[in-house]
Amino acid sequence: MGGKPQKKPFPWHIPVFLAPAVLIYTLVMILPLAETLRLSFFQRDAVSQATSYVGFANYARLFFDPFWGGPFFNALGNNLYFFVIHMLVQNPIGILIAALLSMTHLPGKKFYRTAIFLPTLLSFVVVGFVWKLMLSPLWGVSKDMMSSVGLGHLFMPFLGKEETALTTLSLISVWQFVGIPMMLIYAALLSIPDEVIEAAECDGVTGLSQFFKIKLPLILPTVGIISILTFVGNFNAFDLIYTTQGPLAGPNFSTDLLGTILYRTFYGQQTQPGDPNMGAAIATVMFFIILAGVAVYLFVIQRKLTRYEM
Amino acid sequence: MAFSRARRNLIAELGAHAILLTFTVIALFPVLLVLINSLKTKKAIFRAPLAPPDAETFDLIGYATVLAQGNFPFYFWNSLFVTLGSLFLVLLLGAMAAFALSEYRFPFNRFVALYMALGIMVPIRLGTVGILNLMVATGLVNTHWALILVYTAQGLPLSIFILSEFMAVVSKDLKAAGRIDGLSEYAIFFRLVLPLVRPAMATVAVFTMIPIWNDLWFPLILAPAEETKTLTLGAQVFVGQFVSNWNAILAAMALAIIPVLILYLIFSRQLIRGITAGAVK
Repeated sequence: MGGKPQKKPFPWHIPVFLAPAVLIYTLVMILPLAETLRLSFFQRDAVSQATSYVGFANYARLFFDPFWGGPFFNALGNNLYFFVIHMLVQNPIGILIAALLSMTHLPGKKFYRTAIFLPTLLSFVVVGFVWKLMLSPLWGVSKDMMSSVGLGHLFMPFLGKEETALTTLSLISVWQFVGIPMMLIYAALLSIPDEVIEAAECDGVTGLSQFFKIKLPLILPTVGIISILTFVGNFNAFDLIYTTQGPLAGPNFSTDLLGTILYRTFYGQQTQPGDPNMGAAIATVMFFIILAGVAVYLFVIQRKLTRYEM
Repeated sequence: MAFSRARRNLIAELGAHAILLTFTVIALFPVLLVLINSLKTKKAIFRAPLAPPDAETFDLIGYATVLAQGNFPFYFWNSLFVTLGSLFLVLLLGAMAAFALSEYRFPFNRFVALYMALGIMVPIRLGTVGILNLMVATGLVNTHWALILVYTAQGLPLSIFILSEFMAVVSKDLKAAGRIDGLSEYAIFFRLVLPLVRPAMATVAVFTMIPIWNDLWFPLILAPAEETKTLTLGAQVFVGQFVSNWNAILAAMALAIIPVLILYLIFSRQLIRGITAGAVK
């Protein structure tokens, strides 16, 4: 600028860099989310078809009218169960596999890693249907395999029974996504400095006790991140249920999650037409459930976890 | 002592292999089962599901049905167009915004960064009612653009978050040297910074691409028409129609798996390195 102190020109490059992303994000994500929130306070009159402001009436119906509340709380409970199974099965298995993979000098670890991560990449349609075929009594693959280890009498159409369908679907989802905690924990384990491990070994802390006393505390922040990712993903799940059980989340709504109830409410089903305003109310409740989970993570879990400088 | 310790290590190693092998078999078995049976006659599929196809049981009837009935190549093209289009926008616009946020000081910088980060945790699906209204109003329903815009908005927050972390550590001297040489801010971004954050872009690409390719929700709601059906939605509809034709279903599943499998075998090293980035010793 010739060294002359003059008024700087407006830095046009900043808005040019920033605007496209901010605009698309605002128009296609933030405004529709706000619009969804707004619509949840409106309802269309059945007779006149005119839409009017109804305050919290949609929420009141959702929580207290048995016609809405019954299915809604059923789906909420199912969703919690779905999440608990992921936390109890998927994440511990992910940690176990990652811990085994991080053993030094283990030949073939790349092969194991690649294979176990593969299902994560498959679409829900493939995963849902492949398992549906395998568990089908028509084909009998799983029945034969259970018989071969003497468990044939335990076989039943797992996806077709109310008592077992949700657990089965949760485990299918675990099968698909166990690669994600495995990878993230594996990365966290690799980032533990060698000196820490060597110091532990000098003090005679090896093997299992080394894992629980030294490594696990160091990777707890990653476990926290995985938990919140699992929470958000589970409370937003829809595709697997839709592909295996259809939009009615059968048998008898035993696999209904918040995502499938949102779809049915919003889009309609055989017995009733779609109701976008009630759908908006359900989406808003889901929004606050997820927000609550994230808040618990940020303000409670993350604060309690000690982060070690590495 | 040394001997028993070595032996203990050996036992531990064998145990580790046994456990890992079990999980590997569980992960791969369903995929292999589909691939094997998609190549067999209907009789053989039911009589011996676990046997690989031999001269007598080999049959491509399933594939013939799929290719004759379904518009699979067309659905594949739709998926490819939507995924690559969204990916391009997420990477380019995300990198530009990340550069602005990490490079320049301006009012509301932190506010904009937080505002964009909001979308990492909030699933865009919850805005579906509003998004459908928007797409109806703009006439974008049943176009590729409806999906591309939604997936771009969905991918941008994480992309900006990851890329600004990486851009913050690009050497200041390099950029200062560029400015002294009279490069414009745009040239500094495209010619100096962008090539340096390519590994981070690969990570973002992986995280962005998988959910888009596999998504069922938005194709179902925003673009269910035959002309815009994605592979995921097309396979879902096909499977619903051919529910009792096991050859066709298994072939359709195999056709949906094979491209992913090939890409994964080629790129698995980069992909895994991308996910574990930052942990390189």
